[in-house]
Amino acid sequence: MTPTRTYLHSRAEPGAAAGAGGDVLLLVGTTKGAFLLWSDQRRERWRIDGPHFKGESVYALAHDERGGRHRTFAATRSSHWGSVLRASDDYGRTWSAPDRQNVRFPAESELALVQIWQIEPGPASDPDLMYCGVEPAALFESRDAGETWSPVAGLLEHEHRKQWQPGGGGLCLHTIVADPADPKRMLVAISTGGVYRTDDGGRNWQPRNKGVRAEFLPDKHPEFGQCVHKVAHHPSRPGRLFLQNHWGLYRSDDWGDQWQDIANGVPSDFGFGLTVHPRNPDTVYIVPLESDEFRCVPEAKMRVYRTRDAGASWEPLSRGLPQRDAYETVLRDALAVDALDPAGVYVGTRSGKLFASADDGDSWAAIASGLPSIVCVKAAVIGNGGAGV
Amino acid sequence: MSDPGRGRERAGAATAGITFELPGALQPYAGGSTEVVIDRSCATLAEAISALAERSPGVVDRMIDELGAVRPHVNIFVDGESIRFLAGLDTPVTERSTIVVVPAVSGG
Repeated sequence: MTPTRTYLHSRAEPGAAAGAGGDVLLLVGTTKGAFLLWSDQRRERWRIDGPHFKGESVYALAHDERGGRHRTFAATRSSHWGSVLRASDDYGRTWSAPDRQNVRFPAESELALVQIWQIEPGPASDPDLMYCGVEPAALFESRDAGETWSPVAGLLEHEHRKQWQPGGGGLCLHTIVADPADPKRMLVAISTGGVYRTDDGGRNWQPRNKGVRAEFLPDKHPEFGQCVHKVAHHPSRPGRLFLQNHWGLYRSDDWGDQWQDIANGVPSDFGFGLTVHPRNPDTVYIVPLESDEFRCVPEAKMRVYRTRDAGASWEPLSRGLPQRDAYETVLRDALAVDALDPAGVYVGTRSGKLFASADDGDSWAAIASGLPSIVCVKAAVIGNGGAGV
Repeated sequence: MSDPGRGRERAGAATAGITFELPGALQPYAGGSTEVVIDRSCATLAEAISALAERSPGVVDRMIDELGAVRPHVNIFVDGESIRFLAGLDTPVTERSTIVVVPAVSGG
């Protein structure tokens, strides 16, 4: 694919850019609203629809096609009026406007919702089950397809809670990784609390951080308290997990019991985003950043790094990406893949640029620029049947 | 810039009861109304907000968090004075008070 600027900045009415079955839907959350981008499977030309929720930050988006639905979720946060979870069944033409704050802590928790960081549809076999991760760090569960939510008590009341500390983005539970083979097993990541896993359906949660560094603590290898930025796996090999840490790049082959350093040949092991190829469980994408003090891509060259051997080696992907004066930052949820073959890979930056590859990352094109600061990118293929993101 | 004192004169003169004047962002949660009048005796702002919650819970959700605290970027004026310089939620109200809710100057 020859990198070209293929986007159309058409200012469609909300929902008017919606595509047909098989089309790709990109959900882009920014600090000032959400944008929906549509393309056919060639992914050469994109129609952009937005902003939705003008002025509100949207850190979490999801598209869910389980149970015959076509439901898009958006977590919106007004700096004045708080956070709420909205849904659309018509690709953003209309959104729900819940009267009440629909994700809320019980009074006895002595906690108040700041923001929703992650929306995670449950397994296809249980199409009404959903999860969301929030700030302050907690996991919420819905058993009615997102209508009502309640906190998972085992984590809410965890004995470690008082020792978790907020990172730069706040004390957030930002990553939810479920075991498709075992509904009682789930892993979550908290900044900064580290990785926790349940094997009994959420009643008990054990820290799973052995081997993961905490550079910012006197004890570099505590039981918990690491600043984990993202964890991902491939559903076909769920026990093999990849982790981008606040300094550190790791893999686990045993559901997080042990982590091994896999920062082999990357320019920096600091970064936020990490995502796994839709078909190959050993192919992973990251965007290294120079350091925690200078959170920009190294050498001001925009490069996505890919491993195809589970982290034994990494290769830079730069064709079509800016290679000079690119002081770009990619945050934890701004890196995504679609389910097509070859895979689409998408990267959003804090400077509001959106890059896309339609060939597994081999080549790239800018598909949008000038957006507000991008904090979330999710991809779905319409009619794919399951959880799109 | 809004003038919180204006509401006191306008609503207070015409209406018996505690009047909440709402910004545009909150009016959808009050059936589209620009104001909600609470016809109940309340001693403090907190009591008035509790009464408002029975009538328009969605409005109160957006003013007050789960801990019962006023959200950081919400300003509330009782009879023209910011509650930040009064007694917060314990600020006394009268049966003809006007309570103005406005978004703070913030953002980026």
